[in-house]
Amino acid sequence: MTPLDPATQDLLRTLAPQVLGTLVRRYRDFADCEDAVQEALIAAAGQWPAQGLPANPKGWLITVATRRLTDQVRADTARRLREQLVVSLVPADEQIALAADAAGVNERDETLDLYFTCCHAALSAASQVALTLRAVGGLTTAEIARAFLVPEATMAQRLSRAKQTIKAAGGQFPAPSEQERLARMPAVLHVVYLIFSEGYSASSGDRVTRVELSSEAIRVARMLAELVPGDPEVLGLLALMLFTDARRAARTGQNGELVPLDEQDRSAWDRHAIDEGDRVLQRALARGMVGPYQIQAAIAALHDAAPSTEAADWPQILALYGLLRRVDDSPMARLSEAIALAMVEGPAAGLAALDEAAADPRLADHHRLDAARAHLLERAGDRSAAIACYHRAAARTGSIPERNYLLLHAARLADV
Amino acid sequence: MKYMLMMHAPGNGPLQIASWPADDIKAHIAFMMNFGRKLAAAGELVGAEGLSGPEQARRVRAGASGEAITDGVFPETKEFLAGYWIVDVDSPERAYAIAAEASAAPGKGGAPLNMSIEVRQVMSGPPPEWTPGA
Repeated sequence: MTPLDPATQDLLRTLAPQVLGTLVRRYRDFADCEDAVQEALIAAAGQWPAQGLPANPKGWLITVATRRLTDQVRADTARRLREQLVVSLVPADEQIALAADAAGVNERDETLDLYFTCCHAALSAASQVALTLRAVGGLTTAEIARAFLVPEATMAQRLSRAKQTIKAAGGQFPAPSEQERLARMPAVLHVVYLIFSEGYSASSGDRVTRVELSSEAIRVARMLAELVPGDPEVLGLLALMLFTDARRAARTGQNGELVPLDEQDRSAWDRHAIDEGDRVLQRALARGMVGPYQIQAAIAALHDAAPSTEAADWPQILALYGLLRRVDDSPMARLSEAIALAMVEGPAAGLAALDEAAADPRLADHHRLDAARAHLLERAGDRSAAIACYHRAAARTGSIPERNYLLLHAARLADV
Repeated sequence: MKYMLMMHAPGNGPLQIASWPADDIKAHIAFMMNFGRKLAAAGELVGAEGLSGPEQARRVRAGASGEAITDGVFPETKEFLAGYWIVDVDSPERAYAIAAEASAAPGKGGAPLNMSIEVRQVMSGPPPEWTPGA
């Protein structure tokens, strides 16, 4: 099979959720439609490179997917019932005249509903993530499996169970109101951010053959921002991911060890992504409704704009963390706030804030608390206590690059 | 045939590596990364994982009604499993050679660690002529 050129690959992935949205709207059954669309995508990947791009790629995909769907129904149903069934699945108002590629009742809502379905509350986070990558992102099962470093059979089973769960939970489409759509948005944003974080934190595996989950999350968020241009938190999330991803090349060393913000080579940061992040964040802030993603994006923007960690606008960062705590109080944000406080008022104030944060049971035993404490003890000049805290954190982290970083940092302190 | 190579590290106290100078830690990490890459490039690597420290390990047993009963940390443990590789090779000798290479990973001052690597064959399914009913 001739490999797809990147432009066609992008086109297929962009069209995938639109085609699936249209099919689900017409034929209702999410699981069957999803399978049919995947088969159509595979068919396109096989035929388009040899035969050239069809005049109407989206119409082509809808036609092929519909054919697969009817084949499936044909196989499942007695011959006599089949025609009736397929016809009855099509809403009455669409049975007469809808051409294969004609826009549905509201194409935007159809695609948006897919995001909601994939983030169905009945699914585990891992399943939400996998299903979003497949149904919205248009990735194949093999690609998703590789991205998460699990066997393809495992991922196939996870996807198939997720679809069964949706079916059992009544995964039909009751066409939510605009109000309901807005209420569901945080769940969607959370899943997109999970995809991004997975790509950002998992650094094992062969980079060359892995789909970059961070780039996938950014792509999915971009599509979402086009669907709901009025939601500032979608833009906030997109900006946050752009700012964070801009540092990708600088955040790991030669052997995959973590390089923290203050030791990164800032000339290796992706200026293009930072500029785009700035523009997206400005658009979000112009709407005047502040949410947690926008605040985190604003903090990331201040870091990315600074020539060094010391030179960052720490009073402003500290104020933003205060704001973040009011809208979304999370233990990790408290740790960062304590670091910011230390940068403004000195390490003693930061350490006192950490002690306060440690009262939270979610944080008391967390390796990040030890890592933050070690960092502030080091700033305070208490070397041996800092080393002990780095070692405690190293013994408890579940990430190899992070452990390597913590061990190396402690060793450098001891070498001085 | 497949073999599992299990790397055991000394338990009983802090991570051994924590007392080394930074450059020695770096050299050790670089060696391990390169070792994995070489096995993968040779088409011999099936899988490899590093395990988190023994401090977080729990022993689990089912209780009377099947509930999980966990047992805590084992500070007295002399050594613990730090990680493993599964390799697919032509002979046990090749598996031993790979294990010896891992065993000689550089430690403090660049001296080979000569740590103990347990090599176990991964059991396969039945050979064709033994398949019942075949």
